[in-house]
Amino acid sequence: MDALKQELKKNIIEQLNLEDFTVEDILDDDPLFGDGLGLDSIDALELIVLLDKDYGIKLTDPIEGKIVFKSIEVLANYITENRTK
Amino acid sequence: MKNNLNIVAYCSIKNHVVALNGIPLITKDHDLTFSEFSKEVYKELKMDYSKFFKMDDQCKLAILISEILFNHIKIDSKNKENIAIVLSNRSASLNTDRKYQETISNKENYYPSPAVFVYTLPNITIGEICIKHKIKGENVFFVSEAFNATLLKQYASCLFQNKKSKQILCGWIDFDDDQYQAFLYLVSEHGNRKFNQKSIKKIYNENIWMH
Amino acid sequence: MKPVFITANNIISPLGFTSEDNIIQIEKDKSGIVLQDNIGALPCYASIINDELLNSAFKQIGSPESYTKLEKMMMLSLQDTIMKTDFSISDRTALVIATTKGNIDVLNTKTSNFSPDRAYISILGEKIRNFFGFDNEPIIISNACVSGILSVAVAKRLIQNNFYDNAFIVAGDIVSEFTLSGFQSFQAISEKPCKPYSKHRNGITIGEAAAAVAITNQNNSKHSIQIIGDGSHNDANHISGPSRDGEGLFLSIQSAMEEAEIAPSNIDYISAHGTATLYNDEMETIAFNRAKLENVPLNSLKGYYGHTLGASGLLESIIGLHSMKNNMLYTSLGMDELGVSMPLNVIQKKKKAEIKVCLKTASGFGGSNTAVLFKKLTLEK
Repeated sequence: MDALKQELKKNIIEQLNLEDFTVEDILDDDPLFGDGLGLDSIDALELIVLLDKDYGIKLTDPIEGKIVFKSIEVLANYITENRTK
Repeated sequence: MKNNLNIVAYCSIKNHVVALNGIPLITKDHDLTFSEFSKEVYKELKMDYSKFFKMDDQCKLAILISEILFNHIKIDSKNKENIAIVLSNRSASLNTDRKYQETISNKENYYPSPAVFVYTLPNITIGEICIKHKIKGENVFFVSEAFNATLLKQYASCLFQNKKSKQILCGWIDFDDDQYQAFLYLVSEHGNRKFNQKSIKKIYNENIWMH
Repeated sequence: MKPVFITANNIISPLGFTSEDNIIQIEKDKSGIVLQDNIGALPCYASIINDELLNSAFKQIGSPESYTKLEKMMMLSLQDTIMKTDFSISDRTALVIATTKGNIDVLNTKTSNFSPDRAYISILGEKIRNFFGFDNEPIIISNACVSGILSVAVAKRLIQNNFYDNAFIVAGDIVSEFTLSGFQSFQAISEKPCKPYSKHRNGITIGEAAAAVAITNQNNSKHSIQIIGDGSHNDANHISGPSRDGEGLFLSIQSAMEEAEIAPSNIDYISAHGTATLYNDEMETIAFNRAKLENVPLNSLKGYYGHTLGASGLLESIIGLHSMKNNMLYTSLGMDELGVSMPLNVIQKKKKAEIKVCLKTASGFGGSNTAVLFKKLTLEK
C-alpha cells in the first residue's frame, strides 16, 4: 500500500506538472483539489486517463471521480480494490 | 485611415534572449532546452504562478513575454481589463497538435490526453494571457505565412476607430519544432513611438533577427 | 461608419450543398447526425459529408485527388458564393478564412495521402487563394469555436474602415479522430445525438461543414441584411471551462448592442451556440438573462449539424439570414424539457414570426466569445 501511495504521488507530480511539489510534500490525506494540491478540472480528466493507463480502471462518472480523487489515501484504496493491471 | 495610435512598448524573445524596447534584458545560454530556458526566465521574473508549468511551450512563451511587457507598463486594473489582444503566428498550434497526435497514434497504447488536447488551439495563448492579467477585451488570433504587419496595424486601427478598445496588445508568438519566436507590442494614444506598418516592421526585424 | 451588408451565401453539409437545400431539410426538422462506426475507437454519432457526393460535386470545378476533403468543401462553398455574387474579385476584395483545426487529418500519416505539412493553415489558405485567383494574401482566423462568427466581425470592421470594399469569407472544419478523441477525453461527447438546452442533454455531437458568404459596402439588392454590431470578449476565467457568470458572452452582446444602438426588445431572434454540454448551455443562459434576452426566441442548430467547430458560427449565421428572409423561427432540434437554471425561450416547434434583427453568438475554448447583430432592411425601389 505504501509503495502504491509513493508511486501515485510521483506519477501525479509528473503527469500534472506540479512543479512546486515533491513526493514528501504530499500527505496521504491532503485534499487533491481545492486548497490542497490546487488541481482543476483538466487535472481531474488527466487523472482519469492515468487510472485507465496505469491500473486499467475506467472511470466515466464525474460524481464517482469526485469521491475517488479526494486524497492519495482514498485513491490508493480505490485502486487496490478495482485495479485490473 | 487617420488615427492617433502610438507604440507604448515592445518586447521580444528569440534565441534565448529577452529584449525590451530593443534592449536585451535577459540572456541565457544557447545550450539550454526551451523548458530550462523558460523556467530560468520565470524564476528571474520572480513569478509565482504554478499554472505556468502545466502550459505548452507556446503558452509559456506568451505568458513570459506578456509578463515582461506588463511589468514595464503600469496600467491600472480598470484600463487593463479592456485591452484588446490580437495575436498571430505561422504554425497555429501544430507543435502541440503533433504531440497530441502521438497519444492517439498507437491503438495498443491509446490514451488521448485532455491536458495536451486543450492546448491544440492557437488562441489558448490569448486565453492564458487574459486569465493571468484579468483582461476581458476583444480577441482574435490570425494565422499567416510570415509576420503580417499590415494586417495587425489595420485591425488594431479598426478596434480603435470602432471604439472597441483604446489599448491593443498585438504580436507574433510561434513555437514550431523547437524553433520559437515571440514579439509583442502595446499600442494606444499615449505611446511615444509612431505606429505604422513601417515602424512595426522595423522594430520586428530588429528584435527578431538581430540576436 | 460605412454600412456593411452580407449577401450571397452557401453551406456545404450533409443536409445539402447549397443554403437553399439546407433550409429545405431544416424546414422538415431533418438532422445530418447519424451513427458512425469508422472515426474513432468506438461507434459514435456525428454529422459527416459523404465522400462520393463531395467528389462528384467537386469534379465540376477541379480534380478531387489534388485536394483534401476540407479544401474541397471550402472551395465548393466559395465557388457557389462567388457565382451568386454581383461583384468580382479585385485588389479591394479580402479573402477571409476561418477554421479551428484546418487539415488536421493529415497528421495521421497512416491514413492520409497528403504530406503532414498540409496541416499548416497558411498552406490551406494559399490553396484557396490560388484556386480562385485572389489578389490579396488571405486573412486567416483560427480562434477555436468562435472562428466562423468572428470572421464576420473581422471582415465587417476591415470594410467599415475602408481597408477593403468587399470580402469573401469561407469557414470550414472536418470531423477527425483528432477532435473526436479530444472531446472524448474531455468526457464531452454525447452517447445520443446532442440535445441543446434540454434537461436530458449529455454533451456534444461533432459534425463537419463548410460555409461561405459575400460581404460588401454596396447595397444593391431589394432585401438586404446589414451587419449592425459586433463584439468578441474573453472570459478571463478558464481555458476550457465555460465561465460561471457568462461574463465574456455578456460583454460581447453588450458591445454589439451598443454599437447597433438597439435595446434587448429590438432583438427578434437569437441563433445561439448551444453545444449541449451541461456547462456551456448553462453559461449561455446566464449571459442571456444578464442581457435581458431570456424571452427572445432562440435556437441552437447543433441538433441538425452537430458542432462543426470553426464553421459553426458562419453556417448558423447563414441559417439565421434565411430565417430573417423567410420570417421563420426554426425548431431547436433535440429540445424537449428545458434543463437550465434560468428562463430561456427555446423554439420547440418551428413557427412564422416577423424577424428584423437577429443576434448570433458563439463561445469556445480559450475563454473566447463572439456576438454579431444582423438587421433586415427592405428598401423602397
